[in-house]
Amino acid sequence: MPGAKPDVDGPGDGVRIDMISGARMEGLTGMEKIRLILDGVRDGNIVILEEGLSPEEESKLIEVTMTEISPDDFTGIEIETYPKAEATSQSFIDKLMGRQTTKKLTVIGPANRIETLHKDENLISTLVSHK
Amino acid sequence: MGLLTNLRDSISRVTDGLFASDEPKRIGIYGPPNAGKTTLANRIARDWTGDAVGPESHIPHETRRARRKENVAIERNGRKVNIDIVDTPGVTTKVDYKEFLEHDIDKEDAVRRSREATEGVAEAMHWLREDVDGVIYVLDSTTDPFTQVNTMLIGIIESQNLPVLILANKTDLPESNVKQIANAFPQHETIPLSALEGENMDEVYTKIAEYFG
Repeated sequence: MPGAKPDVDGPGDGVRIDMISGARMEGLTGMEKIRLILDGVRDGNIVILEEGLSPEEESKLIEVTMTEISPDDFTGIEIETYPKAEATSQSFIDKLMGRQTTKKLTVIGPANRIETLHKDENLISTLVSHK
Repeated sequence: MGLLTNLRDSISRVTDGLFASDEPKRIGIYGPPNAGKTTLANRIARDWTGDAVGPESHIPHETRRARRKENVAIERNGRKVNIDIVDTPGVTTKVDYKEFLEHDIDKEDAVRRSREATEGVAEAMHWLREDVDGVIYVLDSTTDPFTQVNTMLIGIIESQNLPVLILANKTDLPESNVKQIANAFPQHETIPLSALEGENMDEVYTKIAEYFG
């Protein structure tokens, strides 16, 4: 409804979702991407990446997440992507080197607030709980 | 694409030949928690060296440090492969100490275990990027393999161009579904086994020699 205000009293009533474009991520280094994701998730936000991370970045995301887990504060992340990456827009060099494109929508959230209900090649259904 | 694949494979074969040596290959045993990685590592180590690698347990994250068993010489069909087995902690994206409390572990011990588990997973990821020459990926064939951790890890292994052998473990259990594992990763061969009972280990050793020899 145009002009209607959301029925919330403050940030504590809702769940913030950051949808980050591929263009925004493109200019960042691997570590900057991981920091951007983890800073958002540690604040309790859900982060949606338009184009996902490379396998190496995913590996480092797991590694850095592990170093930041602490009892009663941060228990880690829940991350979901579609099972199969779209492999239609590979460059010649990527094909030669056997690299897969990383363009896959990715949802990341705090492990204690996001639960995957269903996932297949075309649908990711998640339940997000309040703090 | 076929031409490119052939070209890449040719380059790979040439470089492999150039750098081939008698040094043991470091083979990492990876997979989610409770898939039976340590049971498999112990089975292989006992069969070929007489020693075990580490304690097995039904409690998740019992293996919290990568453990290495060096110079395991496997002979198969006249082919000999010398490997260092690296048994790694089960990879996950989350560790909550409260899960340990469900196994009659007190809070102090649970917090310590969870801290060690996180350090172990971080170490396992580092090993995967830097220090292994091949991967045995162990899955529990009684559970759904379509998890994000499995998808990401197989993707990471493929991106490193590491040879990977997928094992569908726990075939001794009635709810075992090997076909489900094979369907999840059709680009790789899936070998069924029960590391606990030693079922189908002959084929596992044949494949280890074939993949990593």
